[in-house]
Amino acid sequence: MKTGDGENIKTDSYSENVSTERKPRPEPQVQRFTRLNRVLHILMIVSFLSLALTGMSLKFSYTGWAVFLSKLFGGFESAGYIHRFAGVIMFFVFTAHIVDLVRIKKKEKKSFKKLIFGPDSMMFNKKDLKDFTSSLKWFIGLGERPEYGRWTYWEKFDYFAVFWGIFVIGLTGLTLWFPEFFTLFFPGWVINVATIIHSDEALLATGFIFTVHFFNTHLRPEKFPMDIVIFSGRVSLEEFKLDRPQEYKELVEKGELEKYLVEPYPPIVIRTIKFFGWVALAIGFSIVVWIIYAMIFAYR
Amino acid sequence: MCHEDNTLTGTRNGRTFSVYVNEKKLSSSVHADVDCISCHVDLEGMDAHDENVERAKCDLCHDEIQEKYDLSLHGKAFAKGDRLAPVCQNCHGSHDIIPVSNSKSRVAAINIPALCGQCHKEGSPVQLQRDIPQTHILENYSESIHGEGLLKKGLIVTATCASCHTAHDILPHTDPKSSIARKNIANTCAKCHAEIELVHRKVIKGALWEKEANVLPACVDCHQPHEARKVFYDQGMADRDCLACHEKNDIVSSSDNHSLFVDYSGIKASRHSNISCSQCHTGVSPSHIRPCDSITEKVDCSSCHAAVGDEYELSMHGKLAAANDPNAPDCSECHSTHEVLGRNDPESQIFPINIPALCANCHREGETAAVRYKGTEVDIVKNYTESIHGKGLMKSGLTVTATCTDCHTAHRELPHTDSLSSVNPVNISSTCGTCHHGIQEQFEKSIHSPNITKTNKELPTCDVCHSAHKIIRTDSEGFKLKIMDQCGRCHESIASTYFDTYHGKVSQLGYTKTAKCYDCHGAHDIMPIEDPASHLNRKNIVQTCQKCHSNANRQFAGYFTHATHHDPDKYPWLFWTFWGMTGLLIFTFVFAGIHTLLWLPRSLQWRRELKRRKENNTEQNDNEVQL
Repeated sequence: MKTGDGENIKTDSYSENVSTERKPRPEPQVQRFTRLNRVLHILMIVSFLSLALTGMSLKFSYTGWAVFLSKLFGGFESAGYIHRFAGVIMFFVFTAHIVDLVRIKKKEKKSFKKLIFGPDSMMFNKKDLKDFTSSLKWFIGLGERPEYGRWTYWEKFDYFAVFWGIFVIGLTGLTLWFPEFFTLFFPGWVINVATIIHSDEALLATGFIFTVHFFNTHLRPEKFPMDIVIFSGRVSLEEFKLDRPQEYKELVEKGELEKYLVEPYPPIVIRTIKFFGWVALAIGFSIVVWIIYAMIFAYR
Repeated sequence: MCHEDNTLTGTRNGRTFSVYVNEKKLSSSVHADVDCISCHVDLEGMDAHDENVERAKCDLCHDEIQEKYDLSLHGKAFAKGDRLAPVCQNCHGSHDIIPVSNSKSRVAAINIPALCGQCHKEGSPVQLQRDIPQTHILENYSESIHGEGLLKKGLIVTATCASCHTAHDILPHTDPKSSIARKNIANTCAKCHAEIELVHRKVIKGALWEKEANVLPACVDCHQPHEARKVFYDQGMADRDCLACHEKNDIVSSSDNHSLFVDYSGIKASRHSNISCSQCHTGVSPSHIRPCDSITEKVDCSSCHAAVGDEYELSMHGKLAAANDPNAPDCSECHSTHEVLGRNDPESQIFPINIPALCANCHREGETAAVRYKGTEVDIVKNYTESIHGKGLMKSGLTVTATCTDCHTAHRELPHTDSLSSVNPVNISSTCGTCHHGIQEQFEKSIHSPNITKTNKELPTCDVCHSAHKIIRTDSEGFKLKIMDQCGRCHESIASTYFDTYHGKVSQLGYTKTAKCYDCHGAHDIMPIEDPASHLNRKNIVQTCQKCHSNANRQFAGYFTHATHHDPDKYPWLFWTFWGMTGLLIFTFVFAGIHTLLWLPRSLQWRRELKRRKENNTEQNDNEVQL
């Protein structure tokens, strides 16, 4: 349960290969995410948005929005196929991530314990508890901004929220996909229960991602309007120093910072990334607005 | 002789009567040479007798006739002691019997109607107290062609009562041996009209024959037994005589100047081509210079079309006409006057394809009937035209499809509130069932039928779900979706919980592929669940699910298709799952929300801090470069 491992990133880095003689070297950036993780996150976004749009069009079928969306997807049947296909992609992302973790474990010859409870793991640890309490103190003006490390506690929360979500939504989703099969073992009302869980958990997931996650990652003033690090994988050294002082300090102490320094992407790549980011953000916010509208004005 | 005294009386069966015998009459009678005791057999060998003498016997000589009489209606009535029953003497007289050839004979042809009329005239005890199916027999006979021939023209060979009913073996027409029994009547008439069959073959094979092919028409089907037959026979008033004036283009009424021109070719092309003017325009007097000046009555179609006339009088149209409403349509409004065409003639106004346009004359929006009508149906003609029936008729040219008159009837249309109306809720299923019989059978066994469910609540009828004039194909998307709202109008809560399930949500999006009310409950054959014929009966439910879910099993059928998570008693699992999930949502959002809101001002501060530090750094760097 560890991502952004040093060894892994190094293979992705091309800092050493870049010729330093021809042009003045641009400001170096710090590589934070492996290519696989970036690809998985993009896949996750695409599948999550597809799932949210197609699913919500069914959940809020009594609104004009839902009817419009359903038509946009070519009717409830093709929306259903898209939903299931996106669900499969989500499963794939999940599996690929687990496989990646196991691969890293083998490569670094770590024990599972170290993988899970090691320093750069996504698992909550004492520092997260400390960061959380000192963050709260900082919020109310009782202390300085905590020195966040490789992963902040809210990022870890998001990470496990996805774990939980995939488990709950995935399992109930399968039940709804194959009700004839599941009712061989469970009574029929389990399908009704699965419907409620699937739909409400989806409401939680979309609501959380499109408000809390969007704020924490993109909309909070210092990152506004968006933080593209998950797509580009790299962040300016300047920003890195200030945003993750703890991690920076560790890297400097270990003398490994140089390993992660890479050249920034050309502007066209950044523009493309930003365009994608804007589309995703727009869809997300639209869904939030629509859910709020449906819940307040059209609830039944 | 005692009996020469005209004051002498006798009694029989408690009645006193004169026993005077007019010798003069006796001697001129056919029985002049017959001794008294030949008839009064009980007096044989007696010199004097008391007052109780039996009726004279005729059967000693006329035994064959007596036998016939005994079997006849009159004879049987007499045997039963009916005081009104005639005996020999009532018709033939007693001592004064003269030959039939003598026109003074009571039973001479010329006198027979009067003779029979003694008992069978209107108001007589026989006519009042006995079961005689015909009325006004004597009047009708005397106005009939036979009666006229006999009484006005002195034609003694024409038919009298006895010609048809026979003289002595008079039997009711229900008796197969009767001369007027249905199967004997042709023979009876043919006694005089011997070659009638030959000359009638054309008529019998023609229109009347087609009317009821299974029934061989008897003479009386067309020629009423006694009735006046003015409508059947014009009395010397030929159409030519009428046309002498009415064929002129410029002939107008003297009272209101409306044209009285008659297009005779139109009549000849009509259903009434064989009917002459005076048969409808009754009351002409051929002897007048203007025979029609004696006409006082308007044409009364019901004199021939009696049954239709009766229906019309019951109808709203008829009632309005009776109230002299100027908007009320009479026969000619729909059937026209002289150019009456049958309903099978495509040129006819009442040909199925033309009926909607005909009714629309008054019932189209803004027209007289539509203005008068205060009900809920609007744009009737337009809606009908766009309905399945209207399209079938007007677009597909399907003449068997339902037109206005198929549902509302042609002559007895009544508002739906009238219990006699064909579109009254009570009658509507059988009205629709005339074509959709299979559906009617199913419906009448279903819980929506008043035969099965006894309730004060309004039960749905065909038109409630299918509408009256806007009926559309049941396999159209629009109908499939609308029908759910229709069920929901009565089954409110069950419909709303349906919309909480997958089936309902998809339907709500406007797609019809998922199960809708009727997919599970049936459409017309909805039964209570306990009924073994119900689609949702324990025995059938899995099969019902399998219509869509081919692998459905018994537990699968346990899925709640009308689930709500708001009912903790009925659906505790759903209720608690829902509130568990809702709790989780509220908790997560409140927690994350507070965290975010607290963070926001700090984050703004931090943004400014970052900017400051960045500027410092740049300055430092610049300085370094300068150094």
